[in-house]
Amino acid sequence: MIHQDSKTILEVSGLRAAVEGVEILKGVDLIVKSGEVHAIMGTNGSGKSTFAKVLAGHSAYQVTGGSVLFEGQNLFDLEPEERARAGVFLAFQYPIEIPGVSNSHFLRLAYNTLQSQRGKDELDPLEFEDFVREKMKLLEMNPNFLDRGVNEGFSGGEKKRNEMLQMALLEPRLAILDETDSGLDIDALRIVTNGVNKLANKDNAIILVTHYQRMLNYIEPDYVHVMRGGRIVKTGGKELALDLETRGYDWVGVERRVPASA
Amino acid sequence: MSMSLVNSNSYLESLLRGQPRLPPSPLAWFNQLRANAVDHAGRLKLPTTRDEEWRFTDLSPLVRQSFQPALAAPALQAADVERFSLAEAAIRLVFVDGKYMPQLSTPAERLGNRGLIVTNLSSAITANAEAIEPHLGQYARFEDNLFAALNTAFLHDGALVMVPRGAAIDTPVHVLLIATQPEVASHPRCLFIAEAGSEITILEDYVSLNDAIYVTNAVTEIAVGDNAQISHIRVQRDSTEAFHIGNCAVSLGHAGRYRSVSVALGARISRYDLNTVLDAEGAECAIDGLALINGRQLADTHSSIDHAKPNCTSRQLHKCIADGSAHAVFNGKIMVRPGAQNTDSAQSSRNLLLNAKARIDTKPQLEIFADDVKCAHGATVGQLDSEELFYLKSRGLSGAAARNLLTYAFGAEIIDRIPIASLKYRLERTVLEQTKKTEP
Ligand SMILES: Nc1ncnc2c1ncn2[C@@H]1O[C@H](COP(=O)(O)OP(=O)(O)OP(=O)(O)O)[C@@H](O)[C@H]1O
Ligand SMILES: [Mg+2]
Repeated sequence: MIHQDSKTILEVSGLRAAVEGVEILKGVDLIVKSGEVHAIMGTNGSGKSTFAKVLAGHSAYQVTGGSVLFEGQNLFDLEPEERARAGVFLAFQYPIEIPGVSNSHFLRLAYNTLQSQRGKDELDPLEFEDFVREKMKLLEMNPNFLDRGVNEGFSGGEKKRNEMLQMALLEPRLAILDETDSGLDIDALRIVTNGVNKLANKDNAIILVTHYQRMLNYIEPDYVHVMRGGRIVKTGGKELALDLETRGYDWVGVERRVPASA
Repeated sequence: MSMSLVNSNSYLESLLRGQPRLPPSPLAWFNQLRANAVDHAGRLKLPTTRDEEWRFTDLSPLVRQSFQPALAAPALQAADVERFSLAEAAIRLVFVDGKYMPQLSTPAERLGNRGLIVTNLSSAITANAEAIEPHLGQYARFEDNLFAALNTAFLHDGALVMVPRGAAIDTPVHVLLIATQPEVASHPRCLFIAEAGSEITILEDYVSLNDAIYVTNAVTEIAVGDNAQISHIRVQRDSTEAFHIGNCAVSLGHAGRYRSVSVALGARISRYDLNTVLDAEGAECAIDGLALINGRQLADTHSSIDHAKPNCTSRQLHKCIADGSAHAVFNGKIMVRPGAQNTDSAQSSRNLLLNAKARIDTKPQLEIFADDVKCAHGATVGQLDSEELFYLKSRGLSGAAARNLLTYAFGAEIIDRIPIASLKYRLERTVLEQTKKTEP
């Protein structure tokens, strides 16, 4: 929801980033304020996931220019874990599997780390078990996912739900959902987006990276951005997504050369 | 002749000193076994890194120190050993610096398990000589093994477990071997015999009360009868200043099953040789190991699985985790003898290097002399996965906590295979603590 007087959570200016010497992000500008939902769309390979991972602090990406302020603080002064504790959360497009690390142990460690960061009480294993089961109900997840390794052998959709479970536990200030909708069946999409809507409030903000309007039917964006060639080339309201759905990307961000009329 | 050999020979003499103090046995064969061992111990030389089997394990720090046989063991109270006791293990034998401690032990005869014998070897040998003679000293050969010879030269107290035919013992037996004194060399001995169709779980548990410098030179012999099963858990948590040499030899009867999980956490220098002979058709073994070391520790595991007969199965997973400037060694030999058709063997060596100064040497060795066999083996040495670390950190875990969790998970795969819940739990805590301690 757009409010004139809400606080700026994220301010990205002229962000450039490279991977293995190849520049992928070529000057991204974006301002996100509290209470807002931003959708980022764009063709495959345009740099959406790169942008998300740069914000989360993945070491494979070198920042080569520009700045990012998160609640007024230089984000690049923070290690990945400090960003997470400050309230940045990235739901990965491709969550990895960590065999052997029990999901419940991992979730509890992550939860307790954030709790103590926020000056709140940590939960012991039994208390956490009750707490996490409640959150899982919200996402209609089977509790036996707690006993498995982190994402170990999870189906694509199950991994995405596990990401959302982490988001629900960590209650981030800024959540970046990178194609969380892809791989979800129709019911799961409704359940997951419903969960996201419950977590959204006037103090936090969400960036949704998606290819499809169907997710935006459930989570209504305040802004829709189009990324192309490592930059945001167009910004509009929610109707832009509908436009893209019917017209594709070809017309966006391409400078139209109006033929000189004599 | 080089200086080191001269030194090491006089050194061995000093180690052998005190052997004549042992009381002679009324059993002639037993006295003969010991005398042979003394003879060999006097002739064999301390291995050096020039010996292929000892390439990576330099024993010279051992020679620089003098060790005496334990003359007397301190009288420990039940409270001193309480922290080592396991809820599931009602039957327990306790040895302190190699000496049997009846007041701390709960042998099987007191539990009235008819037929099951779990007791001190030296007190039971005369009454059970007929059952013991075919096994004792028969598997752990000492003709070319100095440490086995030394151990056998000192043969006296020891853990004797004999499971009668067809008995399935559902409580695990805990053999607790405690080191307490500095500059002492002890020679713990175990003999585990499972008669046909019987089953038992035995924990061989080496611990220390302090961080003294001592030598533990252990020998274990295991005979698994036809259709019998022994689960053998061996935990070595000696003082990180100590030397630990262990030899274990296993023989399997027809369709016998041997399951082994060995965990090495302690000792400055440790060496464990586990030799399993699949000596009858249909025998199976599953041999898993974990070495988790740090600082300047060295842990060397040599295993050999001998497919001597057809239709046998072996499985092995060995893991090493080396931090600090520690050095882990694994040498796993699989031998398939001529005629051992239809052998099914899989071996895997997985290793985790946590520090650039640490080192891991792994050498799977396959020697196949039969043609109809299925043998798979593989070895990897790696570091913690950077994508996994990033994933954990992106959820707020510190770098240290993330490394700790991944290291723990790597080791837990082996510990999870231990069939004693409270020991598993305790070791998992230990591993978590140890990996915490080892952060850069
Ligand atoms: N390690 C790498 N080495 C070289 N190129 C890379 C590397 N990682 C990413 N890229 C390239 O960067 C570009 C942007 O990738 P990115 O994953 O950000 O795209 P995306 O917009 O998320 O695409 P999609 O919609 O398919 O998820 C791609 O062309 C990709 O091939
Ligand atoms: Mg992407």
